[in-house]
Amino acid sequence: MSIRGGKQRLREAAAGYSFMSPAIVVLGCFLLLPILYAVFLSFHKVKLLGGISYQFNGTANFERMAHDERLWIALRNTARYALIVVPSQTMLALVLASILNMKLRFRNFFRVAYYLPTVTSSAVLVLIFMWIYNANGLLNYLLDKVGLPTYNWLGDPSVALAGIMMMNIWSTAPLFMVIYLAALQDIPQSQYEAAEIDGANGWQKFWRITVPQLKPVTFYVVVMGIIGTFQLFDQSYIFSAGSGGPNNATLTMVLLIYQYAFKNLDMGYASALAFLLAVVIMLITVVQRLIFREEKLN
Amino acid sequence: MNRAARRFKPLVYVILGVYAVVTFVPFLWALSASFKSLPEIVSGGMHLIPKHATLDNYKTIFRQEPLFTRWFLNSLIIALSVTVFNLLFNSMAGYALARIKFPGSTLMFYSILGMIMIPGQLTIIPSYLIIKELGWLNSYQAIIVPMAAQATYIFMMRQFFLNFPRELEEASQLDGLGRFGAFFRVVLPLARPALAAQTIFIFMGAWNEFLKPLMLMSDKAMFTLSIGLNTFKGQYISFWNYIMAASIIMTLPALLIYIFFNRFFVQGITFTGGK
Repeated sequence: MSIRGGKQRLREAAAGYSFMSPAIVVLGCFLLLPILYAVFLSFHKVKLLGGISYQFNGTANFERMAHDERLWIALRNTARYALIVVPSQTMLALVLASILNMKLRFRNFFRVAYYLPTVTSSAVLVLIFMWIYNANGLLNYLLDKVGLPTYNWLGDPSVALAGIMMMNIWSTAPLFMVIYLAALQDIPQSQYEAAEIDGANGWQKFWRITVPQLKPVTFYVVVMGIIGTFQLFDQSYIFSAGSGGPNNATLTMVLLIYQYAFKNLDMGYASALAFLLAVVIMLITVVQRLIFREEKLN
Repeated sequence: MNRAARRFKPLVYVILGVYAVVTFVPFLWALSASFKSLPEIVSGGMHLIPKHATLDNYKTIFRQEPLFTRWFLNSLIIALSVTVFNLLFNSMAGYALARIKFPGSTLMFYSILGMIMIPGQLTIIPSYLIIKELGWLNSYQAIIVPMAAQATYIFMMRQFFLNFPRELEEASQLDGLGRFGAFFRVVLPLARPALAAQTIFIFMGAWNEFLKPLMLMSDKAMFTLSIGLNTFKGQYISFWNYIMAASIIMTLPALLIYIFFNRFFVQGITFTGGK
């Protein structure tokens, strides 16, 4: 029996490892190894002429950040962007989800329709919006019609980032709307019924029951929104043809990393920036998970 | 409550309708431009329905940009391969973590959970250097292999298989099927709902991917549509009729998948949405 048991266990282990092996190889070579390599690169000066050569330079890459003017511009853009985009998309998502959670006709149609921007490639969305934003485009035409000032959305540094913001609120809100919708359906109906007996109106029910019950999800949505702003790349890259212009108005963290790595070939410094960005994002995630231990692993 | 709700109903429908317009207008405006001639676009007539609808823009991009068909095929090859590999590898790994006892499985599970938390930006540069060392720049495998298994979906499949009825596998093992036989003949076919949700997310992700092809493909013939589109914009600057026709072509495959499989989307989002 024990011999058979041992054989059985060995067979199970062999099966387990063979089932895991493709994932281990892929994740090991292209996720785990790169993570370690990224840490290594952050502390080296990297030269990419013909072959690749490294020179240890301690924390020089990190010290350099303090004097990097473009890094501060990118951070300022990110902060400005997050301050406007995150609250707007969160509120929009909550409003749309609350409405779609009512008993309505064509509810499913609206849900499917609203989600459309989220499945469209960012490359396409940026081009469509550039077409709408161009000087003789639809947006200026509409603004002019209602007597509002028109702008050079693509070329004027004071409004270029606003253009990307509008687009991203429009394309990200539906994703969070779906997450809110799922959470709304988990709120026990009995709470609303109890409130109705106490004579609460729809507005009071929304503020006293819905909003407090959604607190963990709202927190999650806000954190994901903030992380999303730190990770912004495609939009600024396509908008500015890779430059972050006009006048650095659309420069983001990831675009800056990309420029250092692939335009200046300064891979060491770029890795250090990426390392810092990753640490910030992970800290935010960890804090979020600690506050709301919601994960059900088993 | 009911009376108040009834009073608000029209207002609610107005809000829904307005937001539907806000969602659709950019797409319709792009679609409309793709059927307009350049003179009609330049003349500044702001009508949604083209005055002289034409297919010339679509014909021109395929004729004048001989690589456009190639980019489309590249995107398709990459997105399909990535999808097939992920379905296979993620389910295998998820199944092993949920059902098979082997030394190190707990450690692997927690490593995978940890990997989900690592932001992709950290690995951009080292992955590029590794792929360059392998001599894979400007090749399909440069994008396909690193994306062939994804921690998030391994976790998703593990959760799915945890709740999978055990009796089915036990029955198949009595029939003399080993672990592999049971997995491929019994378990996988029954995992279709989880696989469908995964297919959509992974296909879309690979189809829309921008940064990876941008950094790994410098040879124009190896561009994917998303990068090709960006070059196209640079070449045909202010030829918005061509740019919009090309954008519509890139959107169609994803759009069709979404329309036909949208119910799986919601399942997938509420799952990966970290709820």
